[in-house]
Amino acid sequence: MTMLSRVADTLYWMSRYLERAEHTTRLLDLQLNMMLESPASAELRWQRILDGLWVKPSEARDAYTMAEWLTFDASHESSIFSCIVSARENARYVREQISSEMWEQVNLMALRMRQSTIDEIWNDQPHEFFRAIKEGCHLFQGITDSTMNHGEGWQFIQLGRYLERIHATARLLDVHYAAFAETPFHQTVLGDTAEWIGLLKSCTAFEAYCKVYTADLRPGRIAEFLLLNAEFPHSIRFSVHCAHAALLELEKFTESKRARQVNRLVGRLRALLDYGQIDEIMGGGLGSVLIEVDRVLDLIHDAIYQTYITYPADEFVS
Amino acid sequence: MKQSQSQSLQTFSDPFTQYDIVGAFDEMFEADGSVRSHYQGIFQRLMELPADELKRRQHAADVSFLNQGITFTVYGDDEGTERIFPYDLLPRIITSAEWDIIERGLTQRITALNLFLKDIYHDAKIIRDGVVPGDLIYSCKYYRRQMRGVRVPGDIYVSVVGTDLVRGADGYFYVLEDNLRVPSGVSYMLANRQVMKYTFPRLFTEYGVRPIDHYGQALLSTMRALAPRRQVEANIVLLSPGVFNSAYFEHAFLARQMGIKLVEGRDLLVHDNVLYMRTTSGLQRVDVIYRRVDDDYLDPLVFRSDSMLGVPGLLNVYRAGNVALANAIGTGVADDKAVYSYVPQIIRYYLGEDAILPNVETYLMTNDVQRAYVLENLNKLVVKAVGESGGYGMLIGTHSTAEQREEFRQRIIADPRNYIAQPTLALSRAPCFIEDQVEARHIDLRPYILYGERVTIVPGGLTRVALRRGSLVVNSSQGGGSKDTWVLMD
Repeated sequence: MTMLSRVADTLYWMSRYLERAEHTTRLLDLQLNMMLESPASAELRWQRILDGLWVKPSEARDAYTMAEWLTFDASHESSIFSCIVSARENARYVREQISSEMWEQVNLMALRMRQSTIDEIWNDQPHEFFRAIKEGCHLFQGITDSTMNHGEGWQFIQLGRYLERIHATARLLDVHYAAFAETPFHQTVLGDTAEWIGLLKSCTAFEAYCKVYTADLRPGRIAEFLLLNAEFPHSIRFSVHCAHAALLELEKFTESKRARQVNRLVGRLRALLDYGQIDEIMGGGLGSVLIEVDRVLDLIHDAIYQTYITYPADEFVS
Repeated sequence: MKQSQSQSLQTFSDPFTQYDIVGAFDEMFEADGSVRSHYQGIFQRLMELPADELKRRQHAADVSFLNQGITFTVYGDDEGTERIFPYDLLPRIITSAEWDIIERGLTQRITALNLFLKDIYHDAKIIRDGVVPGDLIYSCKYYRRQMRGVRVPGDIYVSVVGTDLVRGADGYFYVLEDNLRVPSGVSYMLANRQVMKYTFPRLFTEYGVRPIDHYGQALLSTMRALAPRRQVEANIVLLSPGVFNSAYFEHAFLARQMGIKLVEGRDLLVHDNVLYMRTTSGLQRVDVIYRRVDDDYLDPLVFRSDSMLGVPGLLNVYRAGNVALANAIGTGVADDKAVYSYVPQIIRYYLGEDAILPNVETYLMTNDVQRAYVLENLNKLVVKAVGESGGYGMLIGTHSTAEQREEFRQRIIADPRNYIAQPTLALSRAPCFIEDQVEARHIDLRPYILYGERVTIVPGGLTRVALRRGSLVVNSSQGGGSKDTWVLMD
């Protein structure tokens, strides 16, 4: 069964938007929670969140208006609202390609977003609200995995999710390590413990980290865990493995001869992470590695389009 | 009951206190107020069920439509507003004997209309024999001269038809209009049935209702019958204008029911008179298009040059016989409302039979005598633009203002070919659940006829309901809703 290029494109973006919504939700939920205990550093954290999401509000905002802007503002294309509505619109474009259960779930998420307001959630239980969004995203993934054929469309969904995840995580690390450049890598952090726990929690990584390294928080280990861990689903290396696996499957499905270029790019990124050592990376500067990850990611995205979606038609017509 | 003329009416309990049986044929009640035998089962159930329970089931049905995203898009107010098509809880019931007449009548009609379309795009014998005036055909907005002399696969011009039937005060079914271009609504027929099975499972089983679930398979084999290449498995696609079209839900739904690709114009391209679609594995040839895009938008090189919905060069591929379109291009000439008035003669001309399902009396505005009569009686008649559908471009005389009548008078005088008039029909009424009550509302019926290797009509159709009290307009864009349609087994 072949797949329309437009459908592949749409599934890929549906998946990216949901991953983005989940990521923003997690950052926001965490920030509101951290403000309860350490309000003093809230301002700097807001700045890092905004940098991490590549967004910039046009005016100064307090926590309430910032949360509103990031959550509900329909005119802001990276707001959680916009991401979920875009995911739903993409799903609607390809309704006949996804399972009814997937459609109903993403449709329900969009309906809930439309029905909620900042005032409703603010005074009461913002955490409950954000938690429901995260659960909604997880439910969608579970439904996708158990109701959709694990064929070509599913692989494009995987690809979208993991490329988005790499993109977001690399940025988050970059911003955080730039802000805490003075903190020694190999020592247990003394001040700012909450900020480092916060970084791990932004990637749902706190518990997983503790299982590997104990609760002894060291910047070098945290970077190693989030960048190079092979088993943790939010680490960059893990995500690159998943994207690579999806691309290899796509090559099989489509029997595409042009897949070599994109597979080579991902393979190279994979090698960098598989054989990289944290000391070496830190020595050369974590930032430069993260910039390289992001640069190759852009190339991969373009190559996927060149291979499967916007290829020149005359290559196929003799 | 507003009018309680007979004894039996007074025995009705609560849900029917607002029910009005005067002035139109009632599907459930005889004129004397007794319940028609095939409605006894549902009547009993309505008397037993508390209003709250009905309300609960109506709510559950509405939520089910909303959550499944079974919506249509309303143009005009706010770009792309999605609404659910209001669903009425109570089924409309058609007996086996009634269905038999409908089925034979529709089969006769689609057969004759196909012969008619083939004729007027080839030899035009019916015009030369003076049965249908040539002026009428060649002045039709939907006559496509590009189709002159083009052979279409199997000589099948219309493969999918949705014919609007109404039941008059005399209890007979009449054809109100044929939809031979891109008829829609069949997905609601199927969705209504799905919801109905959850809402009244026991009643449904007891009644012995004929199934309609095989519509997708029937549509697919109808399309397969058109495939120009016989030696390979045909690649059949559904061409949609895209997600902003009012019927997009239906396009996606049908594509999934048939297991075919839902494509848009931008997925397709023409090379050397062959049509391809762009897939992740490269270009792939397309054989049959079930198109849900109007003629005007199909090929910007031939029709509207500003159209982004079609495929440049498609008409050439079609003329070369390398792709089949369902329906063919130019079928709108046969559902023009002025041409419609000739359908009984068309049936007699090609089949030598009388029409089984009669037309509604129709006045042609190009006829001086008929026009004069209509202009004198605008307050009693319904005036329609010949090429419009969906309840647009229409004057309902009995519900109009003097200004509206004056506007239509001017329009008719300015362009008589573009209008027809018909008497105001007292469409039959059926029981509907409106708030806490069962009330009578006007309805029509749109069965779907498929023409491939044979004619297939799934037993039923879309029963549309004018939900506003007293309204005669059943279109979804004008406050209409729908209900499930049960055709009973023998």
